[in-house]
Amino acid sequence: MIEVISEDRCTGCNICVNVCPTNVFDTVQGGIPVIARQDDCQTCFMCEVYCPDDALYVAPQATQVTGVTVAELERQDLFGSYRKSIGWVRGGRPRPTPEIMSRLDHH
Amino acid sequence: MIAIGRPVHDALQLPDFGDLTTGFRPYQERQTMVIPSTAANIAAPSASLELDADVLVIGGGPAGTWAAISAAGKGAKVVLVDKGFCGSSGATAPSGTGVWYVPPDPVRRAKAMNSRWDLGGRLADPAWMRRTLDRTYENVNHLAEWGYPFSDDGNGRSIRTSLDGPDYMRLMRKRTKSAGVKILDHSPALELLRDETGAVAGATGIRRQKGDPWLVRAGAVVIATGGCAFLSKALGCNVLTGDGLLLAAELGAELSGMEFSSAYAMALEGGSVTKTRFYEWATFTFEDGSPIPGAASKGGRSVIAKALATQRVFAQLDKADAETEQAMRYAQPNFFVPLDRVGIDPFKQRFPVTLLLEGTVRGTGGLRIVDNGCATTVPGLYAAGDAATRELICGAFTGGGSHNAAWAMSSGFWAGSSAGDYGQQYRGRNRRYVRAGGVGIADGSGRAIDAAALTRSVQDEVHPYDRNYQRNGEKLEDSLGRLDGLWSGIRTAQAASLGEAQRTREGVAMLATSRWMYRSALSRTESRGMHKREDFPKKDDAQLHYTTTGGLDEVWIGRERAPSPELEVLAA
Ligand SMILES: Cc1cc2nc3c(=O)[nH]c(=O)nc-3n(C[C@H](O)[C@H](O)[C@H](O)COP(=O)(O)OP(=O)(O)OC[C@H]3O[C@@H](n4cnc5c(N)ncnc54)[C@H](O)[C@@H]3O)c2cc1C
Ligand code: SF4
Ligand code: SF4
Repeated sequence: MIEVISEDRCTGCNICVNVCPTNVFDTVQGGIPVIARQDDCQTCFMCEVYCPDDALYVAPQATQVTGVTVAELERQDLFGSYRKSIGWVRGGRPRPTPEIMSRLDHH
Repeated sequence: MIAIGRPVHDALQLPDFGDLTTGFRPYQERQTMVIPSTAANIAAPSASLELDADVLVIGGGPAGTWAAISAAGKGAKVVLVDKGFCGSSGATAPSGTGVWYVPPDPVRRAKAMNSRWDLGGRLADPAWMRRTLDRTYENVNHLAEWGYPFSDDGNGRSIRTSLDGPDYMRLMRKRTKSAGVKILDHSPALELLRDETGAVAGATGIRRQKGDPWLVRAGAVVIATGGCAFLSKALGCNVLTGDGLLLAAELGAELSGMEFSSAYAMALEGGSVTKTRFYEWATFTFEDGSPIPGAASKGGRSVIAKALATQRVFAQLDKADAETEQAMRYAQPNFFVPLDRVGIDPFKQRFPVTLLLEGTVRGTGGLRIVDNGCATTVPGLYAAGDAATRELICGAFTGGGSHNAAWAMSSGFWAGSSAGDYGQQYRGRNRRYVRAGGVGIADGSGRAIDAAALTRSVQDEVHPYDRNYQRNGEKLEDSLGRLDGLWSGIRTAQAASLGEAQRTREGVAMLATSRWMYRSALSRTESRGMHKREDFPKKDDAQLHYTTTGGLDEVWIGRERAPSPELEVLAA
């Protein structure tokens, strides 16, 4: 479930408000968005993928709030890790050799 | 009655099947149209945002975007509305998807078709398989021309059998816009409009971030709202509540294959990422570490469902070596992110798993299609993607991916193209517009529906493994008794407010969907594909038919002939 928006990182671009399929966020005049309907979060990670400033964190637990803090996430270097993992970063992500990839075919 | 898969039947001289060729008589009288006569339906409908179009596409996943692009390619003026955001919403966007992309080499094509023939309970239609393979090949090659970043196999050949959801759907949004399609995001459709002849004439809904209604008058409408996963939180699926099925059924459209709606997919316990493929490398154990006899992701998932009904189940990907792990992490990064985030090494540690209902999303039932252009039985109304039946290409089972993605892009393409042609004939014509929505439409006069309670009541009947995964006649009747009761209880009720309109209609759509599902499941007294009956554990080849259904107050069941396996020449 969506857990936090980091006030230090967020620039208030409101992209997350737009891309969230289940309309979890609300815009705030002159401020950064708020998580207005946390219960509606479907844990799809799309807000994280689209946030240009790696300011959001979605915990993998879909049915309960973990209460993880911004400080803890910074310490573990978790902001932006989803975006990085799918290759939405400069340079994409390196593909293993064809021999290695073929491991998935012959199962 | 037109049988599905006309081309095959036309091409082959069929022996006399008696009833089968003309379609079975429905068990109950069919309702062809449901037109509620509330005040709102009589007054000319209006809204704060009103648009005119040749084609309205409802849903902006792969099926909807392909439909919009292909309708625009026919010169049609197109509007696309999405409940969420076209590009991030739906089952494909947050996921990765395997695609049934097979080069046009006869041997490989025959192999591709045969590999799914038995798995699908022999209900697929070879003619539709063939044309879907052709269309998918073309469409995926278009993606390459449009700049989709396919990777290279190391020998200079690009690998086109899988697509990354976020990249694919970001590209589709871009192409849709550059085709001149007007996109309305966060604008769920709540009901269709019809004209004086009963043909579809547009739709209305709300702009939920603006809090006002929209209305689009259109010559043709494509339903591309995806499947129905009953708000199970399976990856990307909570926007998929069967809305399009309800909307279409309110105009009298028919459904097919709704008994093939018991897809459950594996995820980390309490999680959402329902990526199942890598569990093929897993060993499944009980809490105490002892192996679960017969448990497997493929072919042994029902054993896991049974165990989960009473206790926790653990998995460990212990059959994968270091190199396989490397390949896996590249192929499906989002399988690993949740595990990484909770500090589990799935190769070295056991972790608890669950099965989440994906209903018709990775099932095969949906709106019945009656021609090659993906028309439904309602004039001007087309269906594509998971909102349409996928029995035509995969019968009673989809299993691991590829087919659904291929179907979404192919059926979307066909539906958009025929809607584009059909819709333009209404340009400049005078029509009377009538709202076709029934239960749960807010007009301020009726009793209010408690949407959350309604949703929970439906979920209680369709989520449990021992009701939906493992079905039996007694339990289906038992659930249907309550579900029909729920329907009678709300059939004259309304949404509490405009703000509650979406949730209310979602609840109503899920209720209608569950009744079509379980009525169809009850009528199929055998086990075939994903439809498993404890009381009829075997296949019965006298039941090689498509189950059709529809109706709202009265749910009817009918049958259509499926292509006969004996007559099909599948192998090259
Ligand atoms: C985890 C997962 C993995 C999968 N992997 C594969 C795979 O590897 N290969 C494969 O072939 N298939 C796979 N599938 C299935 C595949 O994702 C679907 O078949 C495909 O997304 C269907 O496309 P669609 O456009 O019909 O529906 P979706 O992509 O689900 O899009 C439906 C759209 O309709 C919108 N909508 C819904 N209701 C309304 C309304 N009332 N008004 C307006 N808009 C509405 C939604 O917001 C959504 O954007 C997978 C599914 C899941 C859940
Ligand atoms: S997308 Fe990121 S930076 Fe933009 S408003 Fe949302 S959290 Fe802030
Ligand atoms: S994880 Fe998905 S549903 Fe949840 S807030 Fe982010 S975009 Fe919205």
